[in-house]
Formats: sequence, structure tokens, C-alpha cells
Amino acid sequence: MNPLYSELQWLPRPPQEFSSLLKAAGTTGESLGYDIRSLASFALDLNQLARLSKVIGKARSEGAPLDPLTPFRLAVLSNSTMDMLLPSLVGSAARHGIALEVIQPSYDQVAQEALTPDSKVNSSKPDAVLFALDYRALPLKLSLGDAEASSATVQGVLGYLQALREGIKANSNAVCIFQTFAPPAEPLFGSLDRLLPGTLRSLIDAINLELCTYVLSSGDVLLDVASLAETVGLAEWHDPVMWNLGKFPFSAELIPLYGDHVARIVAAIRGKSAKVLVLDLDNTVWGGVIGDDGLEGIQIAQGDARGEAHLAVQRLALDLRRRGIVLAVSSKNTDAVAREPFEKHSEMLLKLDHIAVFQANWNDKATNIQAIAEELSLGLDAMVFLDDNPVERGLVRKLLPQVSVPELPEDPAGYARTLGAAGYFEAIAFASEDLKRAGYYQDNAKRASLQKQVGGVDAYLASLDMSITFQPFDATGRARIVQLINKSNQYNLTTRRYTDPEVTAAENDPEVFTLQVRLADIFGDNGMISVVICRPGEARTWEIDTWLMSCRVLGRRVEHMILRELLDHARAAGIEKLLGTYRPTEKNKLVIDHYSKLGFTKIGEDPSGLTRWELVTAAEGPEPAPMKVISGRFETFKETHA
Amino acid sequence: MNDAQLYSQLTSVFHDVFDDDAIEVTPQLTAKDVDGWDSLTHIRLILTVEKAFKIKFSTSEIGKLENVGDLAALIRARV
Repeated sequence: MNPLYSELQWLPRPPQEFSSLLKAAGTTGESLGYDIRSLASFALDLNQLARLSKVIGKARSEGAPLDPLTPFRLAVLSNSTMDMLLPSLVGSAARHGIALEVIQPSYDQVAQEALTPDSKVNSSKPDAVLFALDYRALPLKLSLGDAEASSATVQGVLGYLQALREGIKANSNAVCIFQTFAPPAEPLFGSLDRLLPGTLRSLIDAINLELCTYVLSSGDVLLDVASLAETVGLAEWHDPVMWNLGKFPFSAELIPLYGDHVARIVAAIRGKSAKVLVLDLDNTVWGGVIGDDGLEGIQIAQGDARGEAHLAVQRLALDLRRRGIVLAVSSKNTDAVAREPFEKHSEMLLKLDHIAVFQANWNDKATNIQAIAEELSLGLDAMVFLDDNPVERGLVRKLLPQVSVPELPEDPAGYARTLGAAGYFEAIAFASEDLKRAGYYQDNAKRASLQKQVGGVDAYLASLDMSITFQPFDATGRARIVQLINKSNQYNLTTRRYTDPEVTAAENDPEVFTLQVRLADIFGDNGMISVVICRPGEARTWEIDTWLMSCRVLGRRVEHMILRELLDHARAAGIEKLLGTYRPTEKNKLVIDHYSKLGFTKIGEDPSGLTRWELVTAAEGPEPAPMKVISGRFETFKETHA
Repeated sequence: MNDAQLYSQLTSVFHDVFDDDAIEVTPQLTAKDVDGWDSLTHIRLILTVEKAFKIKFSTSEIGKLENVGDLAALIRARV
């Protein structure tokens, strides 16, 4: 079974302590409804959904408020055993901001419940009725090769469904949600089943088609179970053991998926679908890092497998825009650099005028997304944020829990599919105004100003459980060191490029102090993210020849920790002063204030914009950032300089 | 997998399914000993066991179970 669907892989995995968190819901300082929604945002299994549903049911029976969840009463009419399914509907609905109450009449009483004015369903005054019917509920008589008889069968089924609807409309006036029917996986003839009138396959196909036409004109709502079953595979959807055991309509493994789909529809009825797609750029919209790889280096071209994957993301974004979803950009980049591919790269499908709000700067992304929401005058719960970087995703989830942030697979080939599978933009109708919506927001959007910072970044950094490792250059790290030295453009103070032999020479020179830095966090190992080279200058002085860092770990105070490490080694070596240089290039404006932010004093400035800085090593250095420090294998260095 | 490991894993399955950390899982335990162990929860229990031990039971096996000892024997035959 494809785990993207069966395990809801766009959602983060639930924490180990899920059940104790659930027990504590409502006592955390947030409202019960808020806590429930947070816990529902994970990929919960059948048992976890059942527990969540129990907590919601208990709160309701005690009359406890469930704000900010929106109440919704759903009656479920079914010919199969829905009991195991219903708690999953309630748990999944909370994920979409709904406090769902389910009304379930006795087993297989569909017609009686719909048509009797004072039936349990009608008298409960539901907001909506879901006809959760299976093809096995329908009077389907095979009429092989007989077009006329098949058509009569199809019309008969449609008449039955319409009668149910009329009953509900007359007796409780609830919204009616119909399901398409998943055809069985077992063939009678084989391929001919689809051609020949009157086979089970062609009868069900015809019923689905007629039902869609009917729903489109009646203004009811459709839940396309047939598509869902096709997406996961009919052989996975239908589970004969479960059907035989207790008339369970489909595989139990797919209950969380079905529950989420029902919840999306209910949320869409309440106008809770997302309206904005906020895109990260580097390694999301294109492959590579524009600031480092440049216009020629990013992967976006047709015919390049990696580029095709990112083009698929662009194509999906563009199609979403066509149906009225507003597009925005949040990227850690210099604005002009980030805009360049949109303006100049011939393979880019997305153009600047498709983007309503373009936020390329060095602020944290939570701040940017908040600015985008304000600029568009939309709530944060209308926003979906697509980013390849798990740390950025985690930060936004933590600081802006209302924003939907899909988990993404390692391989960008899965990005577009995952975004689609998450179903954030579920709609129950489409109007001509939708076509104009994206443009409307765009006209009104100005570039947002970003003064206000979202609080709590430090707390978030602490929760990342980072550990930073310092080592001198060595043979193992050499290839990556050379690569970083020759590739990094943005966070690079001097942009000095060195060859492999030159790096080896620095590595072996006892007078040269070298540093390779790695960073790991709860999301995994980021690998080598920074390189520093200090060469001896005047007496008791080190000149910082090279200092560069990967932009992937920006905003995590890594540079503070590097300076602290540098100061330790410098003092141990009897060094009294560090000299730093900023050599401006087209691309390293990001670090123009690097030394001033770290407490260095400016001692010189060239007309070219080159600046020189110094720091006495007796200085305390910056406050330590919340991370574990591992410093090792500096023996050679210490022997030489001690 | 020895008996102790098997019962320890079964215990966490039971706690998960019945939302009750006080259940003591022994071979003699039957449905009437556990609050909420009805036919539906039984199915959920079987599904959770299948997932936890990465096995599949046949229709007839699911119907035949008398107590936890039977369930454990069935698991042992599979893993």
C-alpha cells in the first residue's frame, strides 16, 4: 500500500507521548479546542483517532466549549458497518477545525431514515447528511450486453438516490453529500467489462457519471470515493476479509484517509479551505540555490530529471492559481537575486506577475508568512506553506500553528503529488469569481513591510536539540570543504576560492588554523555547514582569511558559536587579536554586517566597499546559542601553538 | 521473540486499543474481563495486532479466538 495515502505522509508523525498530551488537553494554558486541533494535526492511526474522538465526545456531553473548533452535525446513512469509521471522522474533522458530532441511525436503515419525517436522522436536524453507500447497497442486476436494461438499472439507482435526497430535503433540509461508488477489483470478462453494457463495472461507471451530473445541477455535494479508491488502488481499497467479517466497506488501513477526505468536504462546506499557497524558492520551486548556483546552475530545465520535478511543482502552483488560489513567495534570499530566475530564466513557468506577494529577505519565515497574510487581508488558516527544509517547516508549524505545512519526501519528484494528496484546497463548487480571485488579491497586494518579528524563535531553536561539531580540516572532510569554498556565494565574507591542493596545504600547515563545522538537529544531520581559515598575521594576530556558511542554517546563531570556538582556540594559541575582512561581491550583501553584529570594531574601509574589522580575543564573545558543542581532534594544532 | 517480549508488545497493543494502561495481559484474559471489548473493538484489536507484529490473520482465525493465550499462540506461529 502506498504509505503517502495510507499513512497520511503529508502530516507530521505523532509524538511518542501522544496519549499523555491528549490527557493534558485543555490544561496547557490553551483552550481545549485549540489543544485538540493541535493533536489532530498529526498523522493519527485508528486507535489515536478513536481516543481523540472520545475526548471530543466527553467534552460535548459535559457541555464544555470546543472553540475555536466550529460545530458541525453530520448524519451518516450507510448500508455497511460504519461504527469503526465514525470516531475517525470526528478525529479527522478536528484537524480541519471542525467539532464534528456524528448522528448514526441503526445499521442499514438508509431509506427509512431519509424518508420518515421524525426518524433519528431527520429529528436531529443535521447540518449535512452523508450517504456513505457501497455498490453492494445498490440493486444492481447484471444485464450483459443489454444496453436498454442497463440503462433502466442505472436510472433506477439514480431514482433511489434522488428519493433519499428528497426525503432529507423535505424533512430536515440538510446539505446532502453523495459518494461515488468504488467499482470492485474482480473482473468478470476482463477488459470487456468496461465496454459491455450491463457488467458490474460498466453499470457502476454509468451510475457514477449520472450521479455527478445530478449533483452538479442539484447543488448537493460530492465526495468522490471512486477516485480515492482508484488513487490507492481498488485491490487495496476493497478488503474481502473485512467485508466478510462484519460488512466493513473498505480496508481498515484506509480509514484515516477516508476520514480526512470526509473532513475536507465538511470543512469546505464551512468555508475553511485554504486560499493561498506560499512557496519557498531554493530547492522547492527550482533545484539548487540561486544565490550560490546562479542562473545557469539552478535545475529547472525540461529533460533534466531533477528540474522536471521542480517544474511539476510550478505547474501545479500555476494550475492552482488558475482556479483562484493566490500564490506568494517566502524565500531567504536577497530580493533581486530571488527575482532573477522569474525574470530571466526561460524555463520558468512561474512569472513575477503570478505572485501576489513576494517576500525575499533574511527574516524568519514565520514573520514573512504573517506579513503575507496581513498583506492579503486573509487569516493564517487560509495559508499553505511549501518548503523543502524541515527546519523551516518546523519553525512555521511551531510559531504559526494555523498555517498548513505539508511534510515533503526526500525526493522532489514527490513534492507535487504530496501537495495534491494533502487536499488543502478542497472546494465543493467552482464559480466564475474563483477565476478572478488570484488576480484580485494581486492588484491589492503591495510589498509587505516586515518590521514585526514573530516571538519565540529562541525557544524554537532550543527545541531543535542542535549539536555543533568543530574539527580542523582533515582528509575525510576535504572534498566537501573544497566544494563549499568554491560554491558558497552568499554567506561568504571574502569569497576566496581554493583548489584541493591549496586546501590540503592549509590543512597541513601548523601555522594555519582551520575549522570545519557540522550541525545536527532533531531533523537529522545537516552535514558540514561552515568553513573557517585563519592565517597568522602580525605578531599575536590571526587574519580570518575565509569564513563561509551554508544559508540552510541561517538564523540559528551558528556564527555566534563559531566565533566563540574561534576565540577559545585563539586564546589558547596566545593570539590577542582577530582581524576580519568583508570583501563585497554581487552576491554577499547578506554578510555586510557580519562582523559588526559579532562585536568586531571597524578599522578601515576601501572605496570598493571592502571593510576591515578587529576583535581582541580577551573579549567575551557572543552569548552561547542553545546547542551542544562538540570540539575535537585539535591536538596537532594545540601541540604547535601551546 | 520469547514469551516475555511477545506479551510485553501485546500489553502495549491492549493499552493502545482500550485506552487503559491498567490492563494486565495474561494468557487467561478474555473479552468479558475487559471493559469495552465488544465485537467492534475486537476487530480494532486484531487490526492493531496485525500492524504491530506485521502479520495477517485469516477470516477463520479471527473468529476462533477464545482468549489472549490463543491470540499469542497464533502470533507465535507467524513471527
